[in-house]
Amino acid sequence: MVDTMPMNGTMTDVVLRAKDCDIYYGAYKAVRDVSIDIPKNKITAFIGPSGCGKSTVLRCFNRLNDLIESFRLKGQMTYHGQDLYASDVDPVEVRRRIGMLFQKPNPFPKTIYDNIAYGPRIKGFKGDLDELVETSLRRAVLWDEVKDKLQESGFSLSGGQQQRLCIARTIAVEPEVVLMDEPCAALDPISTLKIEELMKELVQNYTIIIVTHNMQQATRVADYTAFYNAQVVEGAGGKVGYLAEFNHTETIFSDPEQESTRDYVTGRFG
Amino acid sequence: MTADTPSSPPSERSRSAFEKGLDRLFEGTTLGFALFILLLLVAIGLLVLVQGWPAIQRFGLAFLWTSSWNPVTETYGVLPMIYGTLVSSAIALLIAVPLGLGTALFLSENFIPLKIRTVLVFMVELLAAIPSVVYGLWGIFVLIPALKWFFDLFGVNFTGPSMLAASLVLAIMILPIITAISRDSLAALPPELRQGSYGLGATRWGTIFRVLIPAAISGIVGGVMLALGRAMGETMAVTMLIGNSNSINPSLLAPGNTISSLLANQFAEAKGIQVSALMYAAFVLVILTLIVNILADWIVRKLEAKY
Repeated sequence: MVDTMPMNGTMTDVVLRAKDCDIYYGAYKAVRDVSIDIPKNKITAFIGPSGCGKSTVLRCFNRLNDLIESFRLKGQMTYHGQDLYASDVDPVEVRRRIGMLFQKPNPFPKTIYDNIAYGPRIKGFKGDLDELVETSLRRAVLWDEVKDKLQESGFSLSGGQQQRLCIARTIAVEPEVVLMDEPCAALDPISTLKIEELMKELVQNYTIIIVTHNMQQATRVADYTAFYNAQVVEGAGGKVGYLAEFNHTETIFSDPEQESTRDYVTGRFG
Repeated sequence: MTADTPSSPPSERSRSAFEKGLDRLFEGTTLGFALFILLLLVAIGLLVLVQGWPAIQRFGLAFLWTSSWNPVTETYGVLPMIYGTLVSSAIALLIAVPLGLGTALFLSENFIPLKIRTVLVFMVELLAAIPSVVYGLWGIFVLIPALKWFFDLFGVNFTGPSMLAASLVLAIMILPIITAISRDSLAALPPELRQGSYGLGATRWGTIFRVLIPAAISGIVGGVMLALGRAMGETMAVTMLIGNSNSINPSLLAPGNTISSLLANQFAEAKGIQVSALMYAAFVLVILTLIVNILADWIVRKLEAKY
């Protein structure tokens, strides 16, 4: 049984909680038996080898997997104690509170301004949009670079800037949680560093979960780290992912409980 | 690197003269094909122009705004046909664009299971494979009686062959073009775009209208313009349904004519200056479609530049 609660009980409020979650695509079981508590205003990193289901779990938290027809979740996922998959829960509303950042920067084919204004507009934002755009860009530390070209296309920016534009776009709808699916995988080291600094800024107001293949990144930014592993399933012709260990980042990297975690973080496999 | 493998510049290695010759041959062949297309186009344009030359000299530009077509008095003008061509195409577009775009959206989103979608896509594409004479027959035997019945309900006199009947059939004929091209450009959008929008809490409709359609707009407009070109040039079905009356009538229920339909109808019996006049009319049609194509290209560029 995996200890899902970081030790010594200093854990702050739990924002998201998964309890005994199995995730299926059709008959194929992709992830088994995940139970995890995501603490408020902390950065939690999901690490693990490819195909271990860390992104899959991440996408369950804002119901983005709903877009996949064969997707099915067994078990319970709660947000402030409320079941995310209850029949009366509107996935659109969930996604407004739990924002998402993707691996590839994905600005809309619109101007920089309209990219930021998109979320607030669909929410029916009534206040001063110019101001909101400015604050969002400032918080994403992009304002100084784009303030003179707000009416230019979002594609005119560099990859790192595009990713920060996407962060600004996400925080413009004021979510409580930001899910990041390998946000720096397509970026150069300097842009990566900027995003990491930005994450540390943002975590004062937001709860962040980041999936990363970069273990240094996890040690640099994350307060907590969850190590997912994959297990070959006999006969089923695939692998099933599971949560191997979840703890304070230092503990995971210096003194993990599981042998597999130690092997992974020291680079022996994965 | 070991000492006994001398490092030679890549240009001196391997590729034989034969290989290089093949490359050049390939280049030459493709160039030839491309030039052939160009020549073909020029040849068609020249032929039409040369054959139409007597009529161009005799009637001049007044041909464009003269509205009588009379082989007996040898006065020719194509204004009613230009009007008919533009109006029938415009009405066809007006109907086919919302219908086609709606179908494309329905078929590119996951409203229904993939299997049913595949069948529907196939059926839409089948529409494009129906010969235009069959559309004409269908118009005569199904559409016109249906329209007659419909207008009878309101006591409106509907004689049959008319601008409306031709436009409706044109709309059906260009529908698959619009649907197929719009669907392709929607399906080609990166999935990240859709996920990004959903991730911000957009609804499906919000995503479609605010992100997907704007992102695919240049492809969609391109498809619409292609369809317009097709509608303007369509001959057989229109000839069968439009009534071939060389006069401008503001009522859509009245017969009219288009340039291509005029050509199809009169060419067999035409002689002398009438042949020349028909060639002149063909030349006008070529120029008209050329203008539409240039306009389309310009619009697509304009929309693309925006992003």
